[in-house]
Amino acid sequence: MECNGGGGDPTQILQQIETLKAQKTEIENRISVLEAQLRQIPSKEEPSPSSPKIINGGDHGLSYDAIYRYSRQLLLPSFGVQAQSKLLKSKILVVGAGGLGSPALLYLAACGVGCLGIVDHDMVELNNMHRQIIHTEAYIGQPKVKSAAAACRAINSTIQVVEHEEALRASNALGIVSQYDIVVDATDNLPSRYMISDCCVVAGKPLVSGAALGLEGQLTVYNYNGGPCYRCLFPTPPPSDACQRCSDSGVLGIVPGVIGCLQALEAIKIASDVGEPLSARMLLFDALSARIRIVKIRGKSLQCESCGENAALPPELFQSFDYENFTQSSLSTAPLKLKLLPDSARISSREYKERVLNGEAHVLLDVRPLHHFKIVSLPGSLNIPLSTLDGKIPVISSALKEEEERKGPSSTASASLYVVCRRGNDSQRAVQHLHKMGFTSAKDIIGGLESWARDIDPKFPTY
Amino acid sequence: MHLTLEFGGGLELLCQSVKIHNVEVDSPAGDEKLTMKDLLSWVRSNLIKERPEMFMKGDSVRPGVLVLVNDCDWELSGQLDTTLEEKDVIVFISTLHGG
Repeated sequence: MECNGGGGDPTQILQQIETLKAQKTEIENRISVLEAQLRQIPSKEEPSPSSPKIINGGDHGLSYDAIYRYSRQLLLPSFGVQAQSKLLKSKILVVGAGGLGSPALLYLAACGVGCLGIVDHDMVELNNMHRQIIHTEAYIGQPKVKSAAAACRAINSTIQVVEHEEALRASNALGIVSQYDIVVDATDNLPSRYMISDCCVVAGKPLVSGAALGLEGQLTVYNYNGGPCYRCLFPTPPPSDACQRCSDSGVLGIVPGVIGCLQALEAIKIASDVGEPLSARMLLFDALSARIRIVKIRGKSLQCESCGENAALPPELFQSFDYENFTQSSLSTAPLKLKLLPDSARISSREYKERVLNGEAHVLLDVRPLHHFKIVSLPGSLNIPLSTLDGKIPVISSALKEEEERKGPSSTASASLYVVCRRGNDSQRAVQHLHKMGFTSAKDIIGGLESWARDIDPKFPTY
Repeated sequence: MHLTLEFGGGLELLCQSVKIHNVEVDSPAGDEKLTMKDLLSWVRSNLIKERPEMFMKGDSVRPGVLVLVNDCDWELSGQLDTTLEEKDVIVFISTLHGG
């Protein structure tokens, strides 16, 4: 393929990259159309993984290779060839190829689930790598589904891996979920959790639900064998302020890893019909104190609006239900963009930079929590976290006074007060508060340190 | 009455990031027994240091908080009417959604 030319001209190189990417997308589309065609044709020569050729005359249906590949599981008296055979015939859907989905998918592929579906609409990013261990650096910028499916196929080429490169929504969920036997909820937001649980109730599928944040994790099985669903436990959604996200509150990579592994285990138990699935019980994991607690939770609620006695959740109602409105929070992980202040009380990072260069007397107040401030901060900024602002008003007053004295009597105007945070939401809350406290000229820097990194200093670290 | 109270899933942030509290709680005057309802109002006035609306709604916990009495969902023991006994362990845990 022709790929020289252009020498060192970045514009031409970028053009070439764009052209090649377009060609690649076109080829990938053609491949997926052909693959879909192939799936429609009933195969004669190639037995599907769920019905391999019987070699030994037994009724379990495991091939020569499958017996060797899964031998260590076949040797387990409480698992054995019967359980393995059921596993090979099972179809499991994992929603989310992130921190929970990564280890879950790797183990489900390795252990021999016959058909493994993956739903995700995100791309692989550098700040995913510490916990989303199914992805490699080579896939940064590419769809998580493609990356995860490639990793699963690399581990086990004998199973069927199905890529659903789309967001799971009420409108498409039933169509996807109904193709599988078991669903693993490895998502990262509240509306998805209600939606997936309701979908599993409508479609009659057991749901292995895991969650992790910070240094804690939770795990349970819903809608299994007469057990409760998510709504039995949480009929009313929590206030949206109570829903923290990994991108705001942080998460230690291995914590979702532990929970994701346990989700795979529960899914394997259900698929192969061994042991006691974690239904009507919940596992609570506290990484910091190294404690795992398994608690008994309520059974199915007769009043449950989803699965209760008088519940009527027909597919049409489910498909049109507005989960984002119900939970007052978003399906996407895009951060919130508040606008609390009039334009006169805000300045852009460019304007702020000009004022600094002009030598304007000012104090830059950084209202992020201390552990954020320690990662990176603008030179000379004063850190007072938003939560402690009330008690620190005198500190701001004296910082302003000091700045005015430092600039000397030549500067006639009083020192300005600018407020910054990570993305420009807390800085607006802080300015609102400062206005009430008498600092009427306080302004927030629009878009926070992220806008500084984007518009002023590309080398300024973002996190 | 000696009780162990535990906060998790982020609720510990409302009580100065301390997860485990060993406490002495007395029954309300003129009453022999201590119920979960009594305990909740005690917790609200003695342990919750900020944003009480993140812990309670009305006289119960806010939606999304699981309450466990001796590792058992309080729905199974009578919710607010659950009678507490010496050395009981009560866990308040906020449900997580991250992944």
